Amino acid sequence: MEFAELIKTPRVDGVVLHRPFLPTVEGTLCLTGHHLILSSRQDNTEELWLLHSNIDSIEKRFVGSLGSIIVKCKDLRVIQLDIPGMEECLNIASSIEALSTLDSVSLMYPFFYRPMFEVIEDGWNSFLPEDAFKDLESMTDEWRLSEVNKDFSVCPSYPPLVAVPKDIDDETLRKVATFRHGGRFPVLSYYHKKNGMVMMRAGQPLTGTNGRRCKEDEKLINATLRPGKRGYIIDTRTINVAQQAKARGGGIESEANYPQWRRIHKAIERSNVLQESLIKLVEACNDQSHNMDRWLSKLEASNWQTHVKEILTTACLAAQCIDREGASVLVHGTEGTDTTLQVTSLAQIILDPSCRTIRGFQGLVEREWLQAGHPFQQRCAQSAYSNSKPRQEAPVFLLFLDCVWQILRQFPCSFEFSESYLVLLFEHAYASQFGTFLGNSAAERAKLSLPEKTVSLWSWVNRHQEIERLTNPLFEANSLVIWPSVAPQSLLLWEGVFLRWNRSSKCLDEAYEEMVHIIEYNKELQNKVNSLRRQLAQLETEDPLLQTP
Amino acid sequence: MCLQVEQVRLLDRFSNKSTNGTLYLTATHLIFVESSSNNLTSTSHSLVGNISKLSLTTTGCPLVIQCRNFRVVHFVVQRERDCHDIYSSLLRLLRPVSYEELYAFSYNPKQNDQQREEGWQLIDLGAEFERMGVPCDQWQLTDVNRDYKVCETYPRDLYVPITASKPIIVGSSKFRSKGRFPVLTYFYQEKKAAVCRCSQPLSGFSARCLEDESMLQAISKANHNSRFVYVMDTRPKLNALANRAAGKGYENEDNYSNIRFQFVGIENIHVMRTSLQKLLEVIGTRSLSMGDYLEGLESSGWLRHIKAIVDAAIFLAKAVTVEGASVLVHCSDGWDRTAQVCSLGALLMDPYYRTIKGFMVLIEKDWISFGHKFADRCDQLDGDPKEVSPIFTQFLECVWQLSEQFPQAFEFSEWFLLQIHEHVHSCQYGNFLGNNQRQREELQLRERTHSLWAYLLSEKQNYLNPFYSPAYCEAHPVLEPSTLPYHFKFWRNMYHQFDRSMHPRQSILKTILTLRENSHKRFCTLIELLCLLTLVLLFFQRLHQLGVTPLTTSDPPAHPPTRDQRTNSNSLPPRPDSLILGAPVNHKDVQGQDDEDEQDEVGEEAVESTDMERTVEGSSGTESRKQSYGELEGTYNNELAKEEPAVVSLEFGVARMTC
Repeated sequence: MEFAELIKTPRVDGVVLHRPFLPTVEGTLCLTGHHLILSSRQDNTEELWLLHSNIDSIEKRFVGSLGSIIVKCKDLRVIQLDIPGMEECLNIASSIEALSTLDSVSLMYPFFYRPMFEVIEDGWNSFLPEDAFKDLESMTDEWRLSEVNKDFSVCPSYPPLVAVPKDIDDETLRKVATFRHGGRFPVLSYYHKKNGMVMMRAGQPLTGTNGRRCKEDEKLINATLRPGKRGYIIDTRTINVAQQAKARGGGIESEANYPQWRRIHKAIERSNVLQESLIKLVEACNDQSHNMDRWLSKLEASNWQTHVKEILTTACLAAQCIDREGASVLVHGTEGTDTTLQVTSLAQIILDPSCRTIRGFQGLVEREWLQAGHPFQQRCAQSAYSNSKPRQEAPVFLLFLDCVWQILRQFPCSFEFSESYLVLLFEHAYASQFGTFLGNSAAERAKLSLPEKTVSLWSWVNRHQEIERLTNPLFEANSLVIWPSVAPQSLLLWEGVFLRWNRSSKCLDEAYEEMVHIIEYNKELQNKVNSLRRQLAQLETEDPLLQTP
Repeated sequence: MCLQVEQVRLLDRFSNKSTNGTLYLTATHLIFVESSSNNLTSTSHSLVGNISKLSLTTTGCPLVIQCRNFRVVHFVVQRERDCHDIYSSLLRLLRPVSYEELYAFSYNPKQNDQQREEGWQLIDLGAEFERMGVPCDQWQLTDVNRDYKVCETYPRDLYVPITASKPIIVGSSKFRSKGRFPVLTYFYQEKKAAVCRCSQPLSGFSARCLEDESMLQAISKANHNSRFVYVMDTRPKLNALANRAAGKGYENEDNYSNIRFQFVGIENIHVMRTSLQKLLEVIGTRSLSMGDYLEGLESSGWLRHIKAIVDAAIFLAKAVTVEGASVLVHCSDGWDRTAQVCSLGALLMDPYYRTIKGFMVLIEKDWISFGHKFADRCDQLDGDPKEVSPIFTQFLECVWQLSEQFPQAFEFSEWFLLQIHEHVHSCQYGNFLGNNQRQREELQLRERTHSLWAYLLSEKQNYLNPFYSPAYCEAHPVLEPSTLPYHFKFWRNMYHQFDRSMHPRQSILKTILTLRENSHKRFCTLIELLCLLTLVLLFFQRLHQLGVTPLTTSDPPAHPPTRDQRTNSNSLPPRPDSLILGAPVNHKDVQGQDDEDEQDEVGEEAVESTDMERTVEGSSGTESRKQSYGELEGTYNNELAKEEPAVVSLEFGVARMTC
């Protein structure tokens, strides 16, 4: 067994675990193929179970023969293990390093994990494109489900089934795919029931320096316009970046060829810049020696909040075009797998109440992120502590979750889920026992046979106990469009993620409990009132004496 | 005098939205009435901080008014002459020369003299010192300042160590700036440790005063738990050094036995004033970028100052509660930074000050009675602009920052803080007028104006923090906040209180308060229904006793009731069906539903409906809230809640039966 070779010392006694704001625990440290386990072997004390894949980096320190390993996790937690014995310490450290950086996906824990709960509903089948399309069909007949990509040959990052305008045949789609980055021809992302407007997404057009055009592409996106109406193309790059892309074969939709469309450029940062931003932010949050000025200047220098504002602003713009201007929208950046998805998914949170439910949000993540080909495995391979040079890592999904949290903060009663749901998704996107976020596209997931070999996160979440834990007690269905404020004064640092391990949350948790208590008490009273009313009403009907003479 | 200008546009500060309406200028208020909705916005002249006329545009003449509650209104008046009229009239009304012209002297909330008098008696500082356990074997009340002869900015009643004789007090006061000698402000009974306050000593480079040294000695001796007294100079060391050249300065540790001297570095009023100005400038920018916002927040230094004050208060609280040492706090004159640190320190140590009433007492004690110069700092009269400074605002903000860390420790919500802030500047109530107690007595404020505390207590319901837990306070009497920088946040609801577009569109606080009220109403309904049920059952029983109708519901009477029985049933006072269907509480539930619907609309028409919410948060929404309680309120109390409902309902039922 391969893992056994990597584990030089499987067990050490007398290890002391230090965690911020929690008492230290002394116990036995065990390494398994996928976990680091610390158990005090006493009742009532917590055991630590840490997935190796959750470990972002480790540091070793020695004082005499006492070694310490500082474990920095992808969920931003930092813990310290004091290990007696230099050799043991070195062995443990090198084992952890090896086990946390396994290259092969098929060695990941989800392939070994067996659920300890009864799977009532298989999450792998919960959000099939054909089901989503049925809902669409009930609203409009202008779209069809195309199988042109069923073997992933037209667009490797698209799912086998995509929704396209009804009048566009598969042959046209194949041609359009050659004109769009990564073969990502324009597909339907969202249909706004209120006015029939749509949001589409795609990769950039491959116009190149000589201004190549593609009649089929024009035909496709024009097919989504109502007669006499104009649409908006939201390009998530600045005009300069977009122009420069021409030199590498990319480009923009020129006004001459797309006269019915107005192009708007909005700058959203991507890739390396975001990863650096995350690293700087986490560094600022973890340094407790800062004075006020230094903290604020570090926070500013990280630019994280700027990214949040940029993304939210662009999403609001897209939503505004659809809802207020009554226009259709096409969103793309370069590849159409990162910034594009942030915008299209957030716009749906703003516009569509069903995306603000627990299940609806899963559907959104499934549709707009997993099926839409956001390369989770590449983006989430490292988090803020990794020492290795970032390759394709970027906290694109975390930024999306942060933006959702900002909207949740501003509309605390309009979401069925609470903050912990967002935190949970963040954790599982980076390290998980479930297969949901493995792979980079539908094609890769199919190749890995994830639905057959692993358990879906949704199977676990959609159980009564979990749903209850993630439900927002303040939720009151709100069927309206919710417009968040994007003023810097309205946007906050997401403490639940970035300060989660740096503060004691006891006081806040207790206040939350109190809130839940107030809400439950209120409900209980209402129930009692109702039952008494019923009782009285019953007495009344049963005794004619009490009827009005 | 009343000026009326039609066709005035009110512009939103951060968007391009505007509303049309009519502007009225009365002797006390500036009032804007929206023509479309008749919504009314009024601002008392005392709240107006700054007014400027911008250059004429094609649409009219713009007039920008900045208020002390951080409201900024931007009017566009069609005709330049009207604009000029408003401008010049406002300038005249803005800062009166004498106190008598302030709103408080004309404000009349339709109360008789007795009610007003009662309002002023709500807070009794003598009782407050008794609550702390003073006078005691070590501390006594001195009458040395009965006639404001020793220190005219101190109150009449002062508490000093029993060993501090009159000559010592008088001698010490002569050695202290403005005669503000060391006196007791808080007594921590558990450790018999005292918090005292004073102003800087007139030590210069070498001067000393034996009486002052004895005074500190006396404070030290009054506490057996500690061999020394902390002397906290709340100024930065540099400032204190500079003061020496002017014959002032700080205590020389060589001259005073048993003191531990400590600088804590809170900046002076001028730095604070500039800091707030910078902050307001930054956050007032339209389309502000995140980078500029954070940079501005940093360069304004505002949060740094807030943190410095909290840090000092924590130092004080720790010295007293952990070490059991007494602490003497001073700054220069002992009425700004000293007030901030003493009051905040006491708030950390004593849960009483975190209640609504206790917080009023705290402000009355450390701010009003000890002579924080409210008139100068809040610019009540036409005075020196260099004396204006947001010292009290900072104190309120520190309290807010603490309440964010300890959501369960405070009986009041931030609405209470905002309301106090509003009225410190509105000059509608007498409490904060003038600079010290002596001046207030001369102005006869107790006879001629009303007390804010009475008003706030009458509105208490609106200011409650639903998460407050007395049990929590019992378990954590002393708060130990963290002052890591990220725990200090920008207080949006203060500085953007009136910029609705910035606020969360749904408020957790408001939702929970509404829920609590619903629970209350539902509880009343429950009692009512139980009564009714008992009543009905008793009625059945009675009929049964008369041998007319069987009680069993499963076996309805086969024959129609006789005339006699009908009369009998007619004589029953309440008609059950009407009570069930038309029960007032039922109706209220429906109302509650409406409210929630309204809130939902927030999403769509965000700005309009938050408008309504904000007014509720302010003050005016309270009436409707109170009304909806109905007559049942009187019967509701906590004891009742614990009693067996059946007993209550039975009594109620019997009462109804006999009448």
